[in-house]
Amino acid sequence: MTTQVLAAGQRPRKRTVKSPFGWIVWAAVIFFFINLFAVVAAVVVNSFGTQWFDTWLPSGWTLNYYATAWQSYQLSNILVVTVQVALTVVVVSLVIGAPAAYVLARRNFPGKKLLMLCFLLPIMVPPITYGIPLATLLYQLHLGGTLAGVLIANIVPAIPFVILVLTPFIEQIDPNIESAARMCGARTWQVLLRILMPLIIPGLLAAALLVLVQTVALFEMTFLVSGPGSQTLVVALYYAVFASGIRPAQAISAMAVIYMLTTLVVLVIALRYVSPTQMVAQVREPSEH
Amino acid sequence: MTAAVSKGARPSLRHRLADRGFDRILLLVLPALTFMLVLFFYPAVYGGVLSFQPLGGKGGPFGDYAKFFGDPYMRESIWNTFRIALPAALFNVLAAIPIAVRMRGRVRGKRTMNTLLVVPISLGTVLVSEGLLTYLGPRGWLNRTLMGLGIIHQPIQLVHNMWGVIISLIITGFPFAFLLTLSYISGINPKMEEAASTLGAGPWKRFRYVTLPLLAPGLAITFCLTFVLAFAVFPSAVLLGNPAGDSHVLAVAAANAAFQQYDYPMASAISVITAVFELLVVALVLALRSRLYSGSTAGGKG
Repeated sequence: MTTQVLAAGQRPRKRTVKSPFGWIVWAAVIFFFINLFAVVAAVVVNSFGTQWFDTWLPSGWTLNYYATAWQSYQLSNILVVTVQVALTVVVVSLVIGAPAAYVLARRNFPGKKLLMLCFLLPIMVPPITYGIPLATLLYQLHLGGTLAGVLIANIVPAIPFVILVLTPFIEQIDPNIESAARMCGARTWQVLLRILMPLIIPGLLAAALLVLVQTVALFEMTFLVSGPGSQTLVVALYYAVFASGIRPAQAISAMAVIYMLTTLVVLVIALRYVSPTQMVAQVREPSEH
Repeated sequence: MTAAVSKGARPSLRHRLADRGFDRILLLVLPALTFMLVLFFYPAVYGGVLSFQPLGGKGGPFGDYAKFFGDPYMRESIWNTFRIALPAALFNVLAAIPIAVRMRGRVRGKRTMNTLLVVPISLGTVLVSEGLLTYLGPRGWLNRTLMGLGIIHQPIQLVHNMWGVIISLIITGFPFAFLLTLSYISGINPKMEEAASTLGAGPWKRFRYVTLPLLAPGLAITFCLTFVLAFAVFPSAVLLGNPAGDSHVLAVAAANAAFQQYDYPMASAISVITAVFELLVVALVLALRSRLYSGSTAGGKG
């Protein structure tokens, strides 16, 4: 987006000659990346090591801890749950959120600001503050610890997210197209499904991918609601690290690597369709409109 | 469409509502609204009500609040949360500004850098905590490097205290703050700085008097969102911090009350306290923001 804006009529900047300020900025960025890389590498190296005590690298290498992790943490079950939760949350939040985004993009009515606030508030308060009462309620309804409960808890933060991504997307589609379809005799559902739907597919895809990335990494809601059979990968990893000492540290790292790979697969797919800035920038202007 | 207006009479209720923006299309918002009302607002209100009904009715409606503020260890968790969240959020935003200034426009390697920066955000705090436990540990690579360079002689303690938590919040929060700041700064028309430049302003003056005032509202939002993330810190406080000591933050206190003592009223009370303190900070920042310039940064013809 930015490059296109600047491409026209912008005088070329001299980026090769660096000022001291430029050098400091680059040094800071590189320092950050070295540490980030080291954090990730520490997990990966540890997962392949036989023993790693007071040395730079482990004394030997093995793949055994992946088998240990896979069996002792029942990772196949956990992966199935994670995929089920992530896909269901994406589909349900899109089906519920997209119509609301359409209304917010196209209609002006008294109370619209209040409605907007309803959808923004869940993003502005820490998930644990509404997660604990929600978990209490779900346990009372005997949904705590079940897959259904985990699904419900994860859909709550996903819906505002879908609405925030889709509303600006629908706003920039010309409403005259819809009027034209109506003039030609299309009924409301035809306008929505046959005219608007094909036009917002890129927006739906972006929203779906962003929700997918978020849901795979979302810890708090699943942590509060899940039981032994309904943990997602990130929650299982938390419990593994929390109870470290019960199983070898390398097995925990192996599990962390598997979690990392899952996230990266989703991320690589997502980044084909959405830009990195979109990952964070959909909540840019919560207090406007 | 089908409801015909009867001759001379007032338009039908449906038409009058439609004039104000209420029509059938509006019903499309109902599923989402119902969902949020039932699963966000109802639990929030339920939690609020529950927090005034302490277990066994001890101490009247405000019993759990009195207990929380009367217990120095519990009271301390508010201070602990601020001590971790404020420096982390401030650092993330302040570090993001110069880097975003430098990285706007076309810079070689920007796309790669942004892509890499999304990685820690999507990995999340649990994985970052697991990595930092190894990396920052007494025999980890960081202490090893620093000792090898002769900067320190004893390993520095960075895990199982609040420093580990702050570092984890920087690893996940800085990329978030940076990408957000970058998207704001990219929305500022570079022509404005060029205009300042033709009037003789140097780089610092251009930043101080042109870019910063235009960026400030965006920075306020960035700070709020980063602060919300930091204020809710939970997994890294438990795994990487000292959850019984200096990283006994509000989220940990609430989770302990709910899942170790099964005292849901107390957990709800702590949730309410967390939300109130967090929203106070957000409201304060947004109030300051409303005093700032709030208009187009695109620099139109006007």
